[in-house]
Amino acid sequence: MIRVGLPAHLRNLARVRPEVELEVQGEVTLRAVLDALETRYPMLRGTIRDHVTLQRRPFLRFFACGEDLSLESPDMLLPKQVASGEEPLLIVGAIAGG
Amino acid sequence: MSGVRVLVGTKKGAFILTADGKREKWDISGPHFAGWEMYHLKGSPADPNRIYASQTSGWFGQIIQRSDDGGKTWFQPGTPPGEPATTPDGMPKGESNKFVYDASAETGKPLTTHQWYDGTQHPWEFKRVWHLEPSLTDPDTVYAGVEDAALFRSSDGGRTWKELSSLRGHGTGPQWQPGAGGMCLHTIILSANAPGQIVIAISAAGAFRSDDDGKTWKPINQGLRSQFIPDPTAEVGHCVHHVAMHPSRPNVLFMQKHWDVMRSDNAGNSWHEVSGNLPTDFGFAIDVHAHEPETIYVVPIKSDGEHYPLDGKLRVYRSRHGGNEWEELKKGLPERDCYVNVLRDAMAVDTLDKCGVYFGTTGGQVYASTDAGDTWAPIVRDLPAVYSVEVQTLS
Repeated sequence: MIRVGLPAHLRNLARVRPEVELEVQGEVTLRAVLDALETRYPMLRGTIRDHVTLQRRPFLRFFACGEDLSLESPDMLLPKQVASGEEPLLIVGAIAGG
Repeated sequence: MSGVRVLVGTKKGAFILTADGKREKWDISGPHFAGWEMYHLKGSPADPNRIYASQTSGWFGQIIQRSDDGGKTWFQPGTPPGEPATTPDGMPKGESNKFVYDASAETGKPLTTHQWYDGTQHPWEFKRVWHLEPSLTDPDTVYAGVEDAALFRSSDGGRTWKELSSLRGHGTGPQWQPGAGGMCLHTIILSANAPGQIVIAISAAGAFRSDDDGKTWKPINQGLRSQFIPDPTAEVGHCVHHVAMHPSRPNVLFMQKHWDVMRSDNAGNSWHEVSGNLPTDFGFAIDVHAHEPETIYVVPIKSDGEHYPLDGKLRVYRSRHGGNEWEELKKGLPERDCYVNVLRDAMAVDTLDKCGVYFGTTGGQVYASTDAGDTWAPIVRDLPAVYSVEVQTLS
């Protein structure tokens, strides 16, 4: 079971609690987790990654185990603590605008 | 019993203001979609309970919301075709809607770049929906004007969107450039009395018209003069802020340009200035009285560098002669220390007798006049900055 933390606006949009749990088949990469998240909550499609390019939206970042994974390849394996459900993958909205 | 529903889009959510036909006591609901930028909400003329809303965010992108019960409940209509209507555990399904520019070779001349601020070419990049215009006859058909400028249409109630790509592809697209607010298609005008006619406007490209329901397009900017572009009378490049039309007269268009208030009597083929005695002819909003096609309203703004009323006095100006001769309307509006703006989609009229006129400000006030502009009173004073105001007259 993979745990994913969502920013408030996306929680409201998906009508979920701050953290959701997902089943991910195969290797636990960022791409696999986001695919599973969007399959489970299709209203989130386009809100985290661009609909067409699947690029991360500029004001969102991905963190896990205290590390910023935003610039890593989406096909990189996530830390084993995330794969085991011990730690969440955090999707964080940038604090911007003063 | 008649009534009025005012749909207000703001920087931090949507609000719905309702009143009976007297328009004296208002109920306020909202914020809907709290915290999100609500660029525009508009109801279907064919089914007043069908309302479309553009929910957008610099963080999370574009979402289309739809209500089928007059704004009481909302859902995202964009479930992909062929997928079940609910998730396996029965959760309502809906994805934020997908706006993909048409790049296919089959449908005309796909464009990949437009002019950037520095004159270089820049890729077209979808950012948000500025304006939603429901069909006059079919609740499931709705047009979307987007940034970067393009026109999309949905024929399935907002589930899927297809670009009317011949607008971008008609030939002048590479010369379009963004205005200060981005390169947005902000005005869409349909006409029951001129079937097939669609008028749109883009900042900063100008106005365009289709006479065949969006299949082909042409610029309609002859007579516009913009000192800030290299050729002031160019075919495109004009910063048109808004265009308005009375439903009975599809050939008569009124335009608030960056500077200048303009009029066309031939559906935009040519324009002439009707700024007349306005104290400043810069502004954003313009609209037409519901029952008097020659009565029009603008909100003069000091200048392009100072987006607030002259001398801190909020004023609406009305012309009962289709322009040139304007009267100041001030009763009930702030007399001093008012430095708000009124954005292009933030003025609307109802069709009651007397005609109601409404506008919202970046200071969060929504003002209403129930006597065609003679007197004004705020419905609400302290909303977030108002982006758009639309009115539904309910029977």
